[in-house]
Order: sequence, then C-alpha cells, then structure tokens
Amino acid sequence: MFLTNLRRIIRSGFHSFWRNSFVSLAAVLIMVIALSAIGSIMFMNTILDTTFANIKEKVDVNVYFIPEASEQDILNLKASLENLSEIESVEYVTRERVYEDFVENYKNNQTTLKALDELGDNPFGARLNVRAKEISQYQSVAEFLDDQNTVSLENPIIDEVNFEDNKAAIDRLVSVINFVDQFGTLLAIVLMIVSVLITFNTIRLAIYVSREEIGVMRLVGASVSYIRGPFVFSGIMYGLVSGLITLIIFYPITLWLGKLNDNSLYIGINLFDYYVSNFGQIFLVIIGGGIILGAISSYLAVMRYLKS
Amino acid sequence: MISFEKVSKKYADSSPVLDKIDFSVEKSEFVSIVGHSGAGKTTLIKLLLAEEKPTSGKILFDKEDIGSIRKNDLNTLRRKIGTVFQDFKLLPDRTVFENISFAMEAAGKTDEDIQSDVPYVLELVGLGGKAWNFPQELSGGEKQRVAIARAIINQPDILVADEPTGNLDPLHTYDIVQILKKINDLGTTVILTTHNKGVIDSLERRVITLEQGKIIRDDKEGKYVL
Repeated sequence: MFLTNLRRIIRSGFHSFWRNSFVSLAAVLIMVIALSAIGSIMFMNTILDTTFANIKEKVDVNVYFIPEASEQDILNLKASLENLSEIESVEYVTRERVYEDFVENYKNNQTTLKALDELGDNPFGARLNVRAKEISQYQSVAEFLDDQNTVSLENPIIDEVNFEDNKAAIDRLVSVINFVDQFGTLLAIVLMIVSVLITFNTIRLAIYVSREEIGVMRLVGASVSYIRGPFVFSGIMYGLVSGLITLIIFYPITLWLGKLNDNSLYIGINLFDYYVSNFGQIFLVIIGGGIILGAISSYLAVMRYLKS
Repeated sequence: MISFEKVSKKYADSSPVLDKIDFSVEKSEFVSIVGHSGAGKTTLIKLLLAEEKPTSGKILFDKEDIGSIRKNDLNTLRRKIGTVFQDFKLLPDRTVFENISFAMEAAGKTDEDIQSDVPYVLELVGLGGKAWNFPQELSGGEKQRVAIARAIINQPDILVADEPTGNLDPLHTYDIVQILKKINDLGTTVILTTHNKGVIDSLERRVITLEQGKIIRDDKEGKYVL
C-alpha cells in the first residue's frame, strides 16, 4: 500500500505541476533567482579566497645579513626558523645570487655598475625570504628574529629585518582582508536568508491558490499525509527544475567571466574552470538546495491550510 | 445511526446558531432539513462532518461521539459520509475520472477497484461519456452529478447533500433529486438540506424544519411549511 500511495502521490504532484503551468512557471522563475544568488555566493567566496591567497603569497619578510655572516650561521638560523609552527617557507638567497640579481636589475645603469666594480669585493650580504602561514603571524616571526640577534649580540649577523618597514602595509592588509571576509560572510548570510524567504513565500502563494482544494480533499476523507504528499512533490519539482535551469544559466555566464579573466578583468581565477572542475559539488548544492527548499516550503505551506 | 443529543452551537458574542437540537436518523432514511437562511442548516451539516465542534451536547455516529474524534483521525469518519455541496467543490485541475478516483485513492482502494468502479458510478449518474473532461468543461448539473458520483463511490453509510440544487435550473434540480432518491433506494441514508419547496413536496419523505436554531417541526412525510 505504501508503494501504491507513493506512486499516486508522485503522479498527482506531477499532474499538479504540469497542469498549473502558470503557477509552476512563476515559482520556478523565482526559485531560479534565489538559487542563482546561492550559486553566486559560492563563486564570490571562491574569488575572495583565491584573491586573498594570491595577496598573502606576495607578502614576505626579508632578513638581510651582514656580508661577513658565515653561511653556516645563516643556515642554522634558517633551520631554527623552519622549526617554528608559523613558518610556511624560508628561502635562502646567497651573497653571490644577491650580487647577480643586482647586476641583472641594473644592467642598463652603467654608473651604478661601475661604482659596484670599484668596490672590488661583493658588498652584499645574503638574504632569507621568510613566508609565514598567516599574515598576522609576521609579528611573532619578526620578534623571534629580533631575539636571535639579541642573543648573538657580541657578533650579530643580521643587518636588517624589513618587517618594520612593511608593518603598516601588512597591518592594513590584514584589516582589509578581515573586513572583506566578515562583510562577505554577512552578505552571504543575508542573501541566503532572503533567497530562502523569497522561495518560501512564492511556494506559499502557489499553494494559496489550492487552499480550497485542500479543504475538499479533507472532506472526501483524504489523510493529512495523502493531501500533503503531492504538494511536497510539486515543491521538489520546482526545486529540481529551477536547479537545472540555474546550472544551465551558469554555464555561459562562467564561460564569459572566464574569458574576461583571461583577457581583461583579472579576478585571480578562471570561473569557468572552477565551475567545470567543481561541478559535482555545485550540482549538489544547487539541486539539493532547491529540492530541500521546495520540499520544506511546500510542507510548511500546506500545514498552514491543513490546520485552518 | 446518527443522533443529535441536545446539541447547541454558539459563536462568540452572538445568539446560538443551534439551540439544544435533538433528533436521530435511522439507517436508510431520507431526511430533509429545511429552514430560512440563517436557520442553522449549514451549521448542523458542519457539525455532522466534524468541521466544527458543538458548544454543548453530543453527536453520535454509530454510537461514536463525533466531537471526540482527533483531528488526524477525521478522515476515517469522512470516508463513511459522502458529501455534496451547492458549489460542487470539485478539484479544478483534475478530470472527472480523477475527481472520483481521488476519493477512492484516499480510502486506500486498489487500482483494479478504481478502474472498475469509477466507470460504473459515472454511468449511474449519466456521465459515462465525460470521464476525461475537466470540471470547467461541464454544466452546473453535470458538475453536481460528478460531486454525487464522488460522494457515493466509497459506498458511504450516509450521503449528506447541502443545498445540492441551489445553483441549478429546474430540469437539473429534478435530475439530481431523482439520483438522490435512487441512491436512497439502494440503501444509503440521505440527509438533504434545501430551500426548494418543489423538491421537498415531491419527495414525500421525512422533513425537519429549523427556525432560529431550533427544530419547530419533524414530520414523517412532510411538506415544506414555513
């Protein structure tokens, strides 16, 4: 009997979806807008994450050594830095490499190169490029380096750590990233809530049209679940169809944005590649979200008319 | 079979719509309830269908107190009572066949029963050729015949018809009354509320007359006297 009832409920819900085509179309269109908003939140999140990661990658702290510092001391410091939990990577740039980079950078400036030649010896010290896992951790890395220099006060090998020069810029970057991150989360939550409310109200209006039918069904002896079933199934259909339409719409939009990213608009990620490579996850969120939203909205809306 | 025991219904801040109503209906009876608008006929039907609860008194259906049935169990009661209304109350997005089969599906009948019983009952009410029409494609009389077919498809113990001819012309009114009589002759109890003097006088069955929420007459083979 359960299977028979289920089959009847599905058939009835499908008929209702198909025969009330105007109401269904309206509900589907509104749900497409709501699901597009949810999908856009996912894309925005990815764009923000990629942008932040790109920015973070560009931030590092450079430790400049005096020319006399021995390579062994530098490598020891590099090893102790690498033991810190905050450290992502430490790159050692030798004195010779610094010299070569300088020459390369100033190859068109003969005066500078001549002055360098006259010095005879390599005047540059080696350098460590230190990258922390989080931007906010550079402060503690800088403090660690300070301590190292203090410990070896009699014979300091560090000439300069450029953290203080970059500190203001890093601090500002941290606060901007935090603000955008929090604002983005808040915006995403508000958009989600608005989408859910719009969907819920649209489906409630669609079922409002059928409120008298619900009364008639009760009068002819249908049980509450038998009345509710077809409406919930119609809600699932709204979610499924609007989810599919949303996914189809995203294809040309992300393709266009992907091309824009390659040509003029730099947003740090090709959205089309992201869409294609994460299609399974996006499919689940959009279709699953649509189905759950449709089903729950219908369930609650019918409950209202079943109670009255 | 059905008995109203000192049943009163009063809405907030108004005089009673029904005032200590006492009567009973036996199996296979045909009872007409007449009265002016506002006399309490429709309220009485709503109480019988448990759409509303009495303010005081009891309504017994096969010795079960209708007022004490839980809301979620009302469907079981309503499957025993077929209902026909003045405004037909058909499901507009379903065909004639589907409107009738819905009542059978709701009662848990098998597909085989539905396929055999629906055409039979449609023939009974003279709508054999309209099974796949939608309600908006039918005349008022035809819609009411669909409503009657739906009401009797589950072979209810009782058929309640609330002003079934109110929206119909005399010819269709006659048709509907004949169908109700036929259903009653087959053993189903019928309770009919109406304003129509012609209908009551032609039936020559029991008539209960309501006035201002009270029974003022209960005649075995009554006429419309108001």
